[in-house]
Amino acid sequence: MPDLILTPNLEATDDFYEALLNAHEGLDEADIHALNARLILILANHIGKQSVLEEALAVAGA
Amino acid sequence: MVKARYQTAFRLYPYEKVADQDTPAPKRHSVVIIGGGPVGMGLALDLGKKGIDCLVLDDHDGVGQGSRAICFAKRTLEICDRLGCGDPMVDKGVVWNLGRVYRDESEIYAFNLLPEEGHKRPAFINLQQPYFEQFLVEEIRRQQAKGAPVEIRGQNLLTSLTQNDDHILLDVETPDGPYQIEAEYLVACDGASSPTREMMGLGFGGRVFEDNFLIADIKMQADFPTERRFWFDPPFNRGETALMHKQPDDVWRLDFQMGWDIDRKAELAPEKIKSRVRGMIGEDIPFELVWTSIYTFRCCSMEEYRHGRVFFAGDSAHQVSPFGARGCNGGMQDVDNLAWKLAAVIKGEAPDALLESYHIERKHGALENIKNSSRTADFLTPRNPAHALFRDAVLDLVEKHDFARPLVNSGRLSVPCTYDDSPLNAEDGLPQGPARSRPGSPVVDAPLGDGFLLDRLKGDGFTLLSINCDLPADVEVAGHHIRTLSIRAEGDLIAERYLGDAPAAVLLIRPDQHVAGRWPTYNARALDEAFNTAMGRT
Repeated sequence: MPDLILTPNLEATDDFYEALLNAHEGLDEADIHALNARLILILANHIGKQSVLEEALAVAGA
Repeated sequence: MVKARYQTAFRLYPYEKVADQDTPAPKRHSVVIIGGGPVGMGLALDLGKKGIDCLVLDDHDGVGQGSRAICFAKRTLEICDRLGCGDPMVDKGVVWNLGRVYRDESEIYAFNLLPEEGHKRPAFINLQQPYFEQFLVEEIRRQQAKGAPVEIRGQNLLTSLTQNDDHILLDVETPDGPYQIEAEYLVACDGASSPTREMMGLGFGGRVFEDNFLIADIKMQADFPTERRFWFDPPFNRGETALMHKQPDDVWRLDFQMGWDIDRKAELAPEKIKSRVRGMIGEDIPFELVWTSIYTFRCCSMEEYRHGRVFFAGDSAHQVSPFGARGCNGGMQDVDNLAWKLAAVIKGEAPDALLESYHIERKHGALENIKNSSRTADFLTPRNPAHALFRDAVLDLVEKHDFARPLVNSGRLSVPCTYDDSPLNAEDGLPQGPARSRPGSPVVDAPLGDGFLLDRLKGDGFTLLSINCDLPADVEVAGHHIRTLSIRAEGDLIAERYLGDAPAAVLLIRPDQHVAGRWPTYNARALDEAFNTAMGRT
């Protein structure tokens, strides 16, 4: 069973981070929250595996 | 005096004085059922057909007014088929399989509740609850005529009960004054605010949801589709949800979410309701209000569904939000589960332990229903900004991306419970077989010859089903003669649903049409053991 990856795994770390910031550019607070909620759902669907998602929720909330 | 708490739609069992009221010593009955709703009447019918003496006490003399429960699920219809009254329900009911979900003015997706063929009954029918109850009572009358020992007493109110070692003593109030009877077993089917539960001082814990919903059942001639149509944030009910559903007799169920802080009285004014209805259906269609009600909901359950000789079934034991149609449909599964067990114990065929399994299996079912209906409520009624945020994110995404469809929760509609981990299940002898027919699962219907499999499994006892293998001419299991059904299946739906890759299978099926055990071939020893297990003998 694949576990949650908690070691560096991004193909292009800085490019991703820049894109993430750019996506939030010019948004007000409500839109920022809405964007992040959509993003979480899209990524969660991509991951799919319940055990990995639960682990991620636990790590994020710790 | 027995006070009327509500008006009746049909007066089906007017009060009559009976001999029990004048006997010097209280008369004893095998089973006394408190409450003549769908669960109480369903149980009386099931027990009566099995030859068990049972008495229904109802504080009214007929079926309460108002459509109330309207969605009856496939499993409920299958249970009613077994009880002999499925046909009039389906004939009268409105059949539907399709649900549509809208946001604002546009449809976001549609879903088919029964996306597979080969079932005798549809996913759902819509039928006003008074009809459902009436058909049950009519079948009880037919069975009484054939000698079934069922009795219904209207305007008989249970006022107190005392549990003794081998019976319960009941005090009953009637228009002619009080009398006493004894019951070997008592089943409280007296609804979510169960007076029996109150009388016994038993708790009913759970969650209250802070929201109000208005039901307006209206009569109109309209060509809206026979589908469950559900709206998020429609123009006619901004920021809230709404539901439209067809019932027989040109009656339509409209349901409007209203939020928590409302003026109940003002909202129930007919003119106010009519203006809401016009907002939904337009100005041009004439209509009349048939029944209106504002409800709030909670998800609650008793700790234990059995207390000595007293059992709780239906809403008296567990209550769910209406989303998902898991209230009455869950209650009918309680009936299905309890009737054969009580009958077996009263006939001396099974030990008391079998009755314990009622609580275990049905609490499992109730918790599943509560879980599902609570999740729906959380989707429909966000309790905090984060809930609202993700709900809106799902609705934003679903318009463009299919992946988000399953996340939309406008009701996870009632499906029968599988009793995984029940003490009555045999070890799975065909673990590589289809998961849907594993021990504990309800028998899934499939075409068989000119009919359907479930129509062949309606007997009162256990059935041994063999597929593609022979059974002995006369099967004795643990000292009992057992009914057998041998069929052939290849490349058809029976094979798909019962065999998978296995060439043959033998299944022991309980009287409530749940699988007790399954094996690749006939094995007398395994069968004996499974039968004893399913009868609570181990």
